[in-house]
Amino acid sequence: MRVVVDFDLCESNALCMQAAPEVFEVRDDDFLYVLQDNPPEELRSKVEEAVRRCPKQAISLED
Amino acid sequence: MNNVVVVGASLAGFRAVEELRHQGYDGAITVIGAEPHLPYDRPPLSKQILSGSWETDRLPLTPIGKDVADLDVSWRLGVAASGLDLGARQVDLADGSHVSFDALVIACGAGVRTLPGQPELAGLHTLRTLDDCLALRADLDATPRRVVVVGAGFIGAEVAATARQRGLDVTLLEALATPLQRALGDAMGAVCADIHRDHGIDLRLSTGVDGFDDDGHGRLTGIRLSDGTTIEADVAVVGVGVAPNTGWLEGSGLTIDNGVVCDETCLAAPDVVAAGDIARWPNGLFDEVMRVEHWENAQEQGAHVARRLLGQLDAYRPVPWFWSDQYDRKIQLAGRSSADDEVQVVDGSIEERRFVALYGRAGRLVGVLGMNRPRPVMEYRQLIAAGTSWQDALAR
Repeated sequence: MRVVVDFDLCESNALCMQAAPEVFEVRDDDFLYVLQDNPPEELRSKVEEAVRRCPKQAISLED
Repeated sequence: MNNVVVVGASLAGFRAVEELRHQGYDGAITVIGAEPHLPYDRPPLSKQILSGSWETDRLPLTPIGKDVADLDVSWRLGVAASGLDLGARQVDLADGSHVSFDALVIACGAGVRTLPGQPELAGLHTLRTLDDCLALRADLDATPRRVVVVGAGFIGAEVAATARQRGLDVTLLEALATPLQRALGDAMGAVCADIHRDHGIDLRLSTGVDGFDDDGHGRLTGIRLSDGTTIEADVAVVGVGVAPNTGWLEGSGLTIDNGVVCDETCLAAPDVVAAGDIARWPNGLFDEVMRVEHWENAQEQGAHVARRLLGQLDAYRPVPWFWSDQYDRKIQLAGRSSADDEVQVVDGSIEERRFVALYGRAGRLVGVLGMNRPRPVMEYRQLIAAGTSWQDALAR
């Protein structure tokens, strides 16, 4: 599973960070940082939740 | 359960369907939608689609890693539900047909309010649907002399900002003395007012609409104001809020009171759930029976009611959250702020238009407003969910 963020769409709403803090972090500079590009399979449901919650549909998963 | 009917083909209904399939439900699903379109995302309608920076191919909602077709839904689009017979477990449609169910998701949202006596005129718009948006965009493309936006709530503010960013002259009318006064209070509402003025909007507060002038051939020419003046305008947008689409449920036996009234799990009747803008339920986190008109709630509540139908009995206790993009500012609001709350800026500064303000009531942190400060908004949102006291929130 590979996490791809379209940073042209991302607006740092930080909902992804709530869903999967192991993978997504909006830091104090208010930019999103992807902590793991290839998160382990046990995080899949959390990462999928982050994909769904993104109001900008800026996150996608490549298997 | 092997025959689920979903009334409403927007975000809440879509997410209910997606979650039903995600949880392994493999029975029939029928989705009834009043609009002719497959589910699409509404927030860009007041922003990217209206500005012209996106085309409509960006809007469709899709399940993760799949196509909409993979959801195996029977779509009944372009026809509204017109009645509900709970005893017969049947939804009546406006075309005279009927759809039977053994479980029902009510997710048909809300419709725009209009002003009393508001006429039908070319150039006079409301904004809720994709078709509304495209009609308004076509009028903006024709470079009107002036655009008047009635109502400085979040939709009105976004439409005004988008029209202004297209280089148009914009007048924004607000009946109250401060924009967003009921949600944000006077001080924070005043900040929003200043942002509009900074961008060259002709903002008129405490100003109502008395009527609309036309050219005698059904085209808008001006708006008559409560102060006795008239603004000439070719295009006006009325953004005075929405009302839940409950008309078809009158007499059904469901409790209708500013929405479909549900229990704390979002169940409205046996095997009947409601989600999104139309649902009103007791949120135990706030001791309030609430109805929430936000994008994220449609999404979360849609998924919640799908799990409810599958037997999960959890109460639905979210901290409501939403965002609004205006000019280069991102406004985010979480919780249940109101005009009477204590307000304290705890991060950044109002002058820089980059700050976090907290709302406290009865000794508790109840809301957080952020302007271009998304990270702390999420942190305070979690504190609201945890029931943090006002003193502890301020001491952080």
